[in-house]
Amino acid sequence: MSEQPLFSFRNSWFATSVGVTAAIAVLAALAGLIWLPLAQPDLKLSGIWDAICSAAGVPRVSSQGNAIQPDFKTSNVVMTSEMLTKPNQVSIGRGATLAQRCAICHGPQGVSDANSPNLAGQFAAVTYKELNDFKTGARVNVVMSPFAATMSDQDMLDVAAYYAYLPRVPSNNLDPKVAAPAIVTIGAPMRNVPPCGACHGDIDNKAGSPWLGGQSAVYIKAQLHAFASGSRRNDISQQMRNIARQMTSEEIDQVAHYYEAQP
Amino acid sequence: MLTNKRLILAHFWLAFIVFGAALVLGAWQMFVRSPLNAWHFNPEFYYRSVTAHGSAMGYVFPTLVAMGFGYAITESALEKPLIGRRWAWAGFFLVAIGAVVAMIPVSLGLASVLYTFYPPMVGNPFYYIGVVMVVVGSWIWVALMSINMAIWKRENPDKPVPLAMFANVAGSYLWGWTAVGAALEIIFQILPVALGLRSTIDAGLARVFFSWTLHAIVYFWLIPTYIAYYTIFPRAIGGRLYSDAMARISFILFVVVAMPIGVHHLFADPQVGAGFKFMHSVFTGLVALPTLLTVFTICASAEIASRLRGGHGAFGWITALPWQNPIMLATALSLVMLGFGGAGGLINMSYQLDASIHNTQWITGHFHLIFGGAIVIMYFAIAYDLWPHLTGRALESFGLMRTQLWLWFIGMIVTTFPWHYVGILGMPRRMAFYDYANPAISPQAFSVVMSAVGGFILLLSGALFLTVLIRGQWADNSEAGSYRFAIPLHMPARIPAALNSFGLWLALMIGLTVVNYGYPIAQLMVLKETNVPAVYVGAGR
Repeated sequence: MSEQPLFSFRNSWFATSVGVTAAIAVLAALAGLIWLPLAQPDLKLSGIWDAICSAAGVPRVSSQGNAIQPDFKTSNVVMTSEMLTKPNQVSIGRGATLAQRCAICHGPQGVSDANSPNLAGQFAAVTYKELNDFKTGARVNVVMSPFAATMSDQDMLDVAAYYAYLPRVPSNNLDPKVAAPAIVTIGAPMRNVPPCGACHGDIDNKAGSPWLGGQSAVYIKAQLHAFASGSRRNDISQQMRNIARQMTSEEIDQVAHYYEAQP
Repeated sequence: MLTNKRLILAHFWLAFIVFGAALVLGAWQMFVRSPLNAWHFNPEFYYRSVTAHGSAMGYVFPTLVAMGFGYAITESALEKPLIGRRWAWAGFFLVAIGAVVAMIPVSLGLASVLYTFYPPMVGNPFYYIGVVMVVVGSWIWVALMSINMAIWKRENPDKPVPLAMFANVAGSYLWGWTAVGAALEIIFQILPVALGLRSTIDAGLARVFFSWTLHAIVYFWLIPTYIAYYTIFPRAIGGRLYSDAMARISFILFVVVAMPIGVHHLFADPQVGAGFKFMHSVFTGLVALPTLLTVFTICASAEIASRLRGGHGAFGWITALPWQNPIMLATALSLVMLGFGGAGGLINMSYQLDASIHNTQWITGHFHLIFGGAIVIMYFAIAYDLWPHLTGRALESFGLMRTQLWLWFIGMIVTTFPWHYVGILGMPRRMAFYDYANPAISPQAFSVVMSAVGGFILLLSGALFLTVLIRGQWADNSEAGSYRFAIPLHMPARIPAALNSFGLWLALMIGLTVVNYGYPIAQLMVLKETNVPAVYVGAGR
């Protein structure tokens, strides 16, 4: 239509639109990449180039040297969903012999009324991790820590395999009539508490979460309170500490009695 | 001169059938997550439903409306039959088949990833393949619009491209370019993982690519609405368009600045630098400009119509407008919703204010008010206006149309205002369950019930809309005449080349995309540490 070529700075439409667009882009870049970062004292920038890199989102390696180390041991067990899921007969046999010394508290068949955990049928990865944490000091218990201190890695694997091999025996407190409390089935979403059953077996099982059915209510309560107070801290990424801190003591009671009554 | 009426009707009917189904899902979602429903459903169904609702309403429904309306504009504005009729049908069937291919895994619960995909969640590959088919089908439309305009311009070298066609092609180019972001995300990032070729995905990069699509897609949805404002509304109320050039500048501004602004969806994302967030925020502010131009031009056009009808006074002319006319009513209600939605949008685009409402129900309220409200109500108006020309049968139930439009407006306000409010209270979105018994959130319960009621009003309005159209299919034959668009107050005899072509504007659009997206994308592509393990949805069930 117009005789003047469009792509030419003599065409006022071209000159104006390109000029205005470029001006806005340049001003926005100057403000966003230089002026605004430099205006923030918290960023502690060393110059214009530093400001540009910071605002453009160039990743920086932060120095690890002055990170604060925790004053307690953390678990060094790397948990995967495949871990210790393929039992080995020799290992189970050795574990049976080694487990003789565990029987006084955990029962000859992995079940006891001593309010210590029932280990029969427990996932091997769970038993192994706890033994390992007792050995490294990530979890501390006056009775268990000395036992674990002398166990080799193979010993722990064998004991874990043996208890996983034993059949689960219903506890003396089995009562299928106990209804699942809300915290087990739906959790408390507004407090960031997922349902217990989502990891501990009723709905799904996640690697590293123990089977809780038939465990002593006294033991479950003691552990939840220990997680809540922070005296037990070998849970991966604080999962259980975060949950237990958000639970009410009524909920802890309900959970303990519910799981004790389960097979 | 509409010759391919079956093609256009097929697009509209499929669009409205999909819309009706998705509307039912929407109302159900409103109900199950409100206090009206006791907690006794599987939350997975909620996410399944949200995925289906979003995919249908976001990808299928507006795309089909834009395509069908685009074909109607091509034939009636250019006054010649569409070139590439077979290709148009091929595009239609690609969209239709793609919609089915995508919806099967969603309804089976194998792709409950929501329509925004949300990597590292990865669903069944057929969901993504279906979405790609929908997009490819619409790209055929983009090409056809461009070809039809180019051939017409060659045949009519001395005439300006009719405004409706110019705007239509603007919308098609905008969509053609903005869909590239999601296409790159799906084809190069998600599909290899969904097909099992890779097990990790750069979720941050995927989100950047999606933001490329996610914001400008709204303007693609908006373009048919704006075309209706500029080219249907003034004619329907017996007036003239205030300014043809202003209209062209508005559509051009959408093409240039609607695209490089999507990072304002990522204000809370760590993978994009604050400087780029600021730049996108600046350009998001600019995109208010074409809307302000439009509101001015449309109100001026309404005033012209009113004064022609004898309206007088500074504000008295408003009462002289033909309020009985459904197009008048729809446009007015649409502008009101656009005003509220736009005001909320200014909060979203501001880096600081966004922090208070980011990822809350405020956002859901905002985009339902803009898209479901301001945009979709004009889709109804377009259908009401175009239907007699497509079916050769008059739509006579004007009372029903007005009731439908009012119900849609009321329903949308009742749905979205409480949503905005609970968003300020901090209610997160995308959740199936809210514990209203909790004292901290029990004050939100009433507002959520209100918005659920609004959802049911919308469902009723949607049913009325389909009733009007179905009744129209059985009405008596009547010749509606040729389909016309509004005439501007001053018909341009000559027009600058810049306002009659897209080369310059497409160059600016692509240039701004490179400036605003180039570095964030390049950096994430180079960094290897940004990959995370994929989370397969529906696996192991």
